[in-house]
Amino acid sequence: MIGGLFIYNHKGEVLISRVYRDDIGRNAVDAFRVNVIHARQQVRSPVTNIARTSFFHVKRSNIWLAAVTKQNVNAAMVFEFLYKMCDVMTAYFGKISEENIKNNFVLIYELLDEILDFGYPQNSETGALKTFITQQGIKSQTKEEQSQITSQVTGQIGWRREGIKYRRNELFLDVLESVNLLMSPQGQVLSAHVSGRVVMKSYLSGMPECKFGMNDKIVIDKQGKGGTTDDTGKSELGGSGKQSIAIDDCTFHQCVRLSKFDSERSISFIPPDGEYELMRYRTTKDIILPFRVIPLVREVGRTKLEVKVVIKSNFKPSLLAQKIEVRIPTPLNTSGVQVICMKGKAKYKASENAIVWKIKRMAGMKESQISAEIELLPTNDKKKWARPPISMNFEVPFAPSGLKVRYLKVFEPKLNYSDHDVIKWVRYIGRSGIYETRC
Amino acid sequence: MEWASQLCENRGLGSKMTDSKYFTTTKKGEIFELKAELNSDKKEKKKEAVKKVIASMTVGKDVSALFPDVVNCMQTDNLELKKLVYLYLMNYAKSQPDMAIMAVNTFVKDCEDPNPLIRALAVRTMGCIRVDKITEYLCEPLRKCLKDEDPYVRKTAAVCVAKLHDINAQLVEDQGFLDTLKDLISDSNPMVVANAVAALSEIAESHPNSNLLDLNPQTINKLLTALNECTEWGQIFILDCLANYTPRDDRESQSICERVTPRLSHANSAVVLSAVKVLMKFMEMLPKDLDYYGTLLKKLAPPLVTLLSAEPELQYVALRNINLIVQKRPEILKHEMKVFFVKYNDPIYVKLEKLDIMIRLASQANIAQVLAELKEYATEVDVDFVRKAVRAIGRCAIKVEQSAERCVSTLLDLIQTKVNYVVQEAIVVIKDIFRKYPNKYESVIATLCENLDSLDEPEARAAMIWIVGEYAERIDNADELLESFLEGFHDESTQVQLQLLTAIVKLFLKKPTETQELVQQVLSLATQDSDNPDLRDRGYIYWRLLSTDPVAAKEVVLAEKPLISEETDLIEPTLLEELICHIGTLASVYHKPPSAFVEGSRGVQHRRLPPRAGSVESAESPDVGQSGPSEAPPAVIPSQGDLLGDLLNLDLAPPTATVPSVQPSMQMGAMDLLGGGLDSLMGDESDTLGGDIGGSPSMGAGLGAAPTAMPAALGGAPPVGGGLGDLFDLGGGVGMPTGFYVVPKTLWLPAMKAKGLEISGTFARRGGIIQMDMSLTNKAMSVMTDFAIQFNRNSFGLAPAGPLQVLTPLSPNQTIDVSLPLSTSGPVMKMEPLNNLQVAVKNNIDVFYFSCQFPLSLLFVEDGKMERQVFLATWKDIPNDNEAQFQIKDIHLNSDAASNKLQGSNIFTIAKRTVEGQDMLYQSIKLTNSIWVLAEMRVQTGNPNYTLSIKCRAPEVCQFVYQCYEMVLKN
Repeated sequence: MIGGLFIYNHKGEVLISRVYRDDIGRNAVDAFRVNVIHARQQVRSPVTNIARTSFFHVKRSNIWLAAVTKQNVNAAMVFEFLYKMCDVMTAYFGKISEENIKNNFVLIYELLDEILDFGYPQNSETGALKTFITQQGIKSQTKEEQSQITSQVTGQIGWRREGIKYRRNELFLDVLESVNLLMSPQGQVLSAHVSGRVVMKSYLSGMPECKFGMNDKIVIDKQGKGGTTDDTGKSELGGSGKQSIAIDDCTFHQCVRLSKFDSERSISFIPPDGEYELMRYRTTKDIILPFRVIPLVREVGRTKLEVKVVIKSNFKPSLLAQKIEVRIPTPLNTSGVQVICMKGKAKYKASENAIVWKIKRMAGMKESQISAEIELLPTNDKKKWARPPISMNFEVPFAPSGLKVRYLKVFEPKLNYSDHDVIKWVRYIGRSGIYETRC
Repeated sequence: MEWASQLCENRGLGSKMTDSKYFTTTKKGEIFELKAELNSDKKEKKKEAVKKVIASMTVGKDVSALFPDVVNCMQTDNLELKKLVYLYLMNYAKSQPDMAIMAVNTFVKDCEDPNPLIRALAVRTMGCIRVDKITEYLCEPLRKCLKDEDPYVRKTAAVCVAKLHDINAQLVEDQGFLDTLKDLISDSNPMVVANAVAALSEIAESHPNSNLLDLNPQTINKLLTALNECTEWGQIFILDCLANYTPRDDRESQSICERVTPRLSHANSAVVLSAVKVLMKFMEMLPKDLDYYGTLLKKLAPPLVTLLSAEPELQYVALRNINLIVQKRPEILKHEMKVFFVKYNDPIYVKLEKLDIMIRLASQANIAQVLAELKEYATEVDVDFVRKAVRAIGRCAIKVEQSAERCVSTLLDLIQTKVNYVVQEAIVVIKDIFRKYPNKYESVIATLCENLDSLDEPEARAAMIWIVGEYAERIDNADELLESFLEGFHDESTQVQLQLLTAIVKLFLKKPTETQELVQQVLSLATQDSDNPDLRDRGYIYWRLLSTDPVAAKEVVLAEKPLISEETDLIEPTLLEELICHIGTLASVYHKPPSAFVEGSRGVQHRRLPPRAGSVESAESPDVGQSGPSEAPPAVIPSQGDLLGDLLNLDLAPPTATVPSVQPSMQMGAMDLLGGGLDSLMGDESDTLGGDIGGSPSMGAGLGAAPTAMPAALGGAPPVGGGLGDLFDLGGGVGMPTGFYVVPKTLWLPAMKAKGLEISGTFARRGGIIQMDMSLTNKAMSVMTDFAIQFNRNSFGLAPAGPLQVLTPLSPNQTIDVSLPLSTSGPVMKMEPLNNLQVAVKNNIDVFYFSCQFPLSLLFVEDGKMERQVFLATWKDIPNDNEAQFQIKDIHLNSDAASNKLQGSNIFTIAKRTVEGQDMLYQSIKLTNSIWVLAEMRVQTGNPNYTLSIKCRAPEVCQFVYQCYEMVLKN
């Protein structure tokens, strides 16, 4: 198991050092600094073995977190733990920075004592932790409060406490997708996938039982079949013309009953209070690619490049895409760039070796173009320019995977409110992930 | 409270006064000041001071001098302060054990606190203090906490048992904590169950043979129930524990799989990977024709792909594991090539791993896409990545024949870029392509030759030289090219020197007229001016071959080369199986068994996949369609330099495959490397062929005999050596009328230690000939060839009397029995124990060492019967100090039967005397080195115990003689 956890600043000074196991000595702290932080090259592996001690490290802005062990630990678990530790710290004091860590070092030690015991991760749900790690000295808790805390921390529903009350029961559902694309210069899709998240903010009283439904192909097909004999299936479908989508794979927040999903493919759960990520999913079929990039690069002699890039928006004309940014890489020996674009603003950024073209808004089924002349300094470098791909950023108000939320039902048998009383909000946002076209 | 509210304010609104100030105080006299503050009456000041102490501790300053003062702050109702003091204690208690006792009272008191959080805190901290006296006091509170009414306390206590076990294992056993811990597996709270499982698993690891985690269907059922309810971390502990269980049959296996598959949708990647581990392991037991088996295979792919959208560090862990899974079951991900395409912004470690998997998944169906990608990668920035990409193109050519042409043209394009390392890497792989597809792509040689000057890496230079030598007849100026390399011969690396030597010899054999001078030059450079033994030996061999018989030289040097295999860098099946059992762990990231990087006893147990149930088919061959590897297990290209091939210019090419035709010549090479073997091999072969060269032929004579032996063998004629072996076998059969007792074969060399070669064996004496009977089993994936054997010097000068007769290559899973005749004329060195024999066995993969012990009776010669008179005289002559007495118990034989039996092993009874119902047998033994052993055996009728007195001038053998008696009489 995890033998110790160290947090360093970018210089390699220790900010936090917590050792859980006897086999980890103080010299481990220095070994990591010398061999990884002070090593001049980029990180070649996130797991480094130094003198039979393994270091798992992640970096958040300028801060290094390293988990140390001498045993054959579950490596995936260690990294998941490090990410979780970052989440917990962020939830407590915001951005992970040297200043924030120094300011909260006592709190961090207290957290580390609670969520890792002898190197075994324990409960790491911020909701639960915040009920008893408060940094406010000891509160005179009543016996009931205490047992409520412990049963929440150890219990089946560790993510929600009892007795939550809201005057207005409300929930917000965000379908956030990032669409990833790799396209060849000829416009052939080399790979495309959507990785999506359903993020929920719930402000519900009591211990509500929720059921979430979407246009999952497997569910719709099953219901479609059952529909001939079963009327309820049909009525639930509503507009039967709606297309369904094939989900390659999905993962769920720990509140979702996985065995139920496995057997019936229904998503039922008791939600945590506040904001959390209900599910993640991935689709690869029938993706709506919101933009197409058509590059044209021409080398004119050895000292000049001509670049022309056309972007086409490919969605309903009534919708508006926002925050569009096209990044066209330029060679390292660029000496000057002239850009002409029809829409938006374009600038050559020498420090980033790229022409950055920004467009605030663009409606569907439109087209825009940029052309640039790049002047190059002659070099002796034999190696040709690698031509990194043209990348794009954007935000669109629909889900490129085609996912639709069909329902989210809330049942709270003990309290006096029904599904109809809950105010529900649904929003779809599609963003670019790694959206690249080779040129 | 004032402080607390202030702190909250700070956190909320940015900082006026913050904790970071504690990190900055570094003045002199600090300790003294702190001491004063710690003893202050004001609570706030105290707390401030403790914080400063902890900050100093964090940055590595020694604040142990403050121990008593800090411990004094322990008695407080402020939980935050208490935790800080505890933190300090955990760090320094070990260095101040006596003072640590001061803390005991508070701990014991806290363990009784009404607040469960404080009870748990106390027991948690106490377990972290590794001081014996504190540990003693821990037992009682821990016992209570294990049965506490609050689950939070119980789950903390469960882990505490593991802590205590780490400090004092005996104490934990004596106090019966293990049983309590086992009871917690049935606890009603899932987190308690998970922590108990984690603690038990850890304790069980340090007791490999204990039955601590007594996993039976009932406990498994409990674990599976808890699995649905506990935290993500608890699920990992439970799944990792489940993976150690071996289901009784395929039905149980299936039902566990069914209950584990829902975990594949968990958001936590570690839960997913641990579930994959359980499924991969238990799947092994399912019959392949079962519908569920297919369903399960299909269910595994999507979650594995999803892991690739995690953060890069986790992607890396996932990719390392996928690499293993793809080798074990290529069918799972065969359609998922695209997800392994490298993204421009992937960290380099992710890129390299993805590339590795792409090569493994490449097949005829997806090769076009793969090639297009690889070509892109070859223009990237990172040198390692580009090199690997170029190499991957070559591997594709070798793996998918249809793509070879496009691969070659892609490589040529890359060579045109003139980027130095790209060119060099391309040349290295093109050489392999030539080997795989002879006489197809040689037209590109001209292009390659243009780049001769830019090659500065030994591997590339050697590859280029190999190409020039191999195709010397098509390259007009081959002699000039090679001559240009020769100028700086001594500055080249060994690899290049060896290659240059061979290439020039090839050139000479192809174009003898113009190149005589060149070959002389290189031979003298290699033999006279070099201190590298490999180079010198190769030089001498070529020289003699050429001067003795150029025709034979041609047959040897220009022999047809074996084909190279398609797959590379495959992990040995035994290791792969073990690593599959460690999916998700560090072992699977390093691709090494835990014993390679974990110290002590932990994790040294080797894990195995369960045997496949209910189906006859061979368990390992993956049932893939056309795209995956074919039925035959793929051959592994060994990474080490191959000594054998070296000699006969096969070194460049990854040597493998089955090439019976070149076998004898290869073997000759092997023997030479083992020292003097060449002579004996040649000598023996000519012996059996009716030649009269026997004895110990000189090097020249051996070579002289070669032409007669070699062409026959090269032409695939019946293996000469095999006949020889048969003859010996036959002789053996006839030669043991009274039955020399042969110990059953024992395992001498486990496959784990010898890259898949397993050797078991025994010794026998048949008709006066000592034989070593061995069974060689190939447990690796590749064909093994070129076996040779040699002994270290030993007490009785045992040495192989002939070469190891393994003439057909040993295919995977094949076992071959060989009898090696031994002589006793080898070099002598006393061994401990006396009958110890150290053996080196070599094959095309490596040299392996093991030691075994032979029964001394092996050395009892047939003419060991002494004259009576001599016996009497000798018995008296040997001082009594040299007499040793032994009891042989439980022998139910009369003296005659015993005497007969012993005679079979050349223990001769010279005389028998009966005194008072006691038979006295006088016996003599002669060893191969002419040492005489005299014995007197007393047999009392009705008494199953014999008394044996042994006298010998070399008393150290007595013990071993006695062992032989016992062995012979008891069998």
